[in-house]
Amino acid sequence: MATPTNIIEELVNREYRYGFVTPVEEELLPPGLNEEIIRMISAKKNEPEWLLEWRLRAYRYWAKLVEEGAEPRWANVTYPPIDYQAIRYYAAPKRRPKSLDEIDPEIRRTYERLGIPLEEQERLAGVAVDAVFDSISVATTFRQKLAELGIIFCSFSEAVQEHPELVRKWLGSVVPYTDNFFAALNSAVFSDGSFVYVPPGVRCPMELSTYFRINASQTGQFERTLIIADEGAYVSYLEGCTAPMRDENQLHAAVVELIALDNATIKYSTVQNWYPGDREGRGGIYNFVTKRGKCLGRNSKISWTQVEVGSAITWKYPSCILIGDNSVGEFYSVAVTNHYQQADTGTKMIHIGKNTRSTIISKGISAGHGQNTYRGMVKIMKGAIGARNYSQCDSLLLGDKCGAHTFPYIEVHEPTAQLEHEATTSKISEEQLFYCRQRGLSAEDAVSMIVNGFCKEVLRELPMEFAVEAQKLLGISLEGSVG
Amino acid sequence: MNGAALLEIRNLRVRIEGQEILKGITLTVRAGEVHSIMGPNGSGKSTLAQVLAGREVYEIVEGEVLYEGEDLLRMSPEERARRGIFLAFQYPVEIPGVSNLYFLKAAMNAVRKYRGLPELDAMEFLALARERAKLVELDESLLQRAVNDGFSGGEKKRNEIFQMALLEPRLAILDETDSGLDIDALRVVAQGINALRHPDRAIVLITHYQRLLNYVTPDVVHVLYDGRIVKSGGKELALELEEKGYGWIAEEAIGSART
Repeated sequence: MATPTNIIEELVNREYRYGFVTPVEEELLPPGLNEEIIRMISAKKNEPEWLLEWRLRAYRYWAKLVEEGAEPRWANVTYPPIDYQAIRYYAAPKRRPKSLDEIDPEIRRTYERLGIPLEEQERLAGVAVDAVFDSISVATTFRQKLAELGIIFCSFSEAVQEHPELVRKWLGSVVPYTDNFFAALNSAVFSDGSFVYVPPGVRCPMELSTYFRINASQTGQFERTLIIADEGAYVSYLEGCTAPMRDENQLHAAVVELIALDNATIKYSTVQNWYPGDREGRGGIYNFVTKRGKCLGRNSKISWTQVEVGSAITWKYPSCILIGDNSVGEFYSVAVTNHYQQADTGTKMIHIGKNTRSTIISKGISAGHGQNTYRGMVKIMKGAIGARNYSQCDSLLLGDKCGAHTFPYIEVHEPTAQLEHEATTSKISEEQLFYCRQRGLSAEDAVSMIVNGFCKEVLRELPMEFAVEAQKLLGISLEGSVG
Repeated sequence: MNGAALLEIRNLRVRIEGQEILKGITLTVRAGEVHSIMGPNGSGKSTLAQVLAGREVYEIVEGEVLYEGEDLLRMSPEERARRGIFLAFQYPVEIPGVSNLYFLKAAMNAVRKYRGLPELDAMEFLALARERAKLVELDESLLQRAVNDGFSGGEKKRNEIFQMALLEPRLAILDETDSGLDIDALRVVAQGINALRHPDRAIVLITHYQRLLNYVTPDVVHVLYDGRIVKSGGKELALELEEKGYGWIAEEAIGSART
């Protein structure tokens, strides 16, 4: 009998569509981590001395944490100990293109299969792409056009060479390497990522996006993204991620730092679709990411939107530090866990400036044996007069073997602050499904429609092209699940 | 009265959680007819409606149901819907975050696709939806709202008839669509039903009270009692029930069971 539960199971069991491997010759560093490896990474990138020193300080801090057994264990996720000496910290395609035309045809084909054609002329108007393949950036489109406006959009490695003063000024200013275990690891070994600088008063005319692809096996991806919106600037940035299907777990430990000066706005959107592992929970990416934005200036705004459907384990808390008076932080999140996926995700909103406002909308969807945790902190410091927060955390359960958990932490040191928190947990009911099917919709379409309805407040925050993509993705990642 | 048999139910017995609810229903509905099925609470009226629409929680013990000559019980709920069976729910379900228009466009296009018709685009659909909304005096703002979410009882029932008007079913089963309606809403809903009477379409009205039948005149009235159709007749049977209640039917049914 087609009960809702087994319809959801069928839905969730559709295959991961980006699980292929690109046959490309890569330059690999041997697995393992020590100062020598870090020096090699730094040398490959021809980095200035100060950056190498910074990496080494981060490494030593991290090594100390390892010695102390200080790898974080507080998240509501379980996984066997990670052998950091078995991971390869650098893998890069051997053929390095000098321009877009010289990109290895295999890599070009890879991005085409992923729906990211690198030919600028073929792009839908309005999106510039930085493509990161394993440890390095392989292409950045529309650079020239953006440069005319004074906008810098390039790989992190190029930024280090061409704009060292900006990198040096801001790197680690939002997420210092001492922030946490994975941030320290990233600071030591990060190999590439994207860099964006939008000069004062400039509104970036197109969406900037980075597409992260893990290809090589046994390899971790440790990218670092740094976005600076100068006074009165506006930028909308998107990132997407996929990886091949493998039985092993691969580590992705990124750091993202955002800085918004007076009257600047940064909108940061993620559609994360790393390989989630198979239906028995074998393989998949460990997505242990630190993302944080600083609203340094008055009236600045940082808005995070994330749709997290992939990865075996997701551990990330895109946060905002609201320093400037009247600054605004937003966090819109959809997290899906299916099969044996685990997610512990949420945000931190730290209110420091006066009249700072934050909004948190979190939608967790659990299916199969998935475990989905919302963990969020709202902290209002003394002096954040008139600070306000609204939080809403909704969970949707599909089936009866999955779990939803909510851990909201609230700390208020300012009596004039106003906080609201709402939370709900619901199930897709058999009645809802039957009602949709009685109107002629298939069970799959019905689930997809109900889930999309549930996530609507978040999806509408995504830029148009991404919203459509995300809706489809939600349908796909829940294929095989109904309950 | 001599249209083709659209629905033929033969000796249908249905169980849920071990308890038999329908104890041998036999009923034929022809295209163009309006049947009313009446009966006291717990007689099995809603069960019959749900089984015909394909609700999977019921167990078919015995019997068969033919729809357009084919085995209905083997079809999935969506296939039945696409082939023209529509159930107006007694308790319409809320779907938060999904707009009524979006939902119905998807439903309509699923049905059209199945029938080999081209799908309607957003503009064509909107025009049609607006036209049909007038039929049941459905406030246009309800088209943009989430499906049944925060609708009043009356709005939900109107929304069901509105959906029926859009989807143009061959066999419409209305499960207590009249219950919970004030007299004005009842009149509007009845108008909608009457407007949809058609020689190719059959309507089965499931109701507890006779009052809807003041506005919609049925061709046949059946009385369902304890899982069986114990009496069938013309529209005057409904009036008799209204006047005398269901008690005498019960006695008659028990009496006939003894003989």
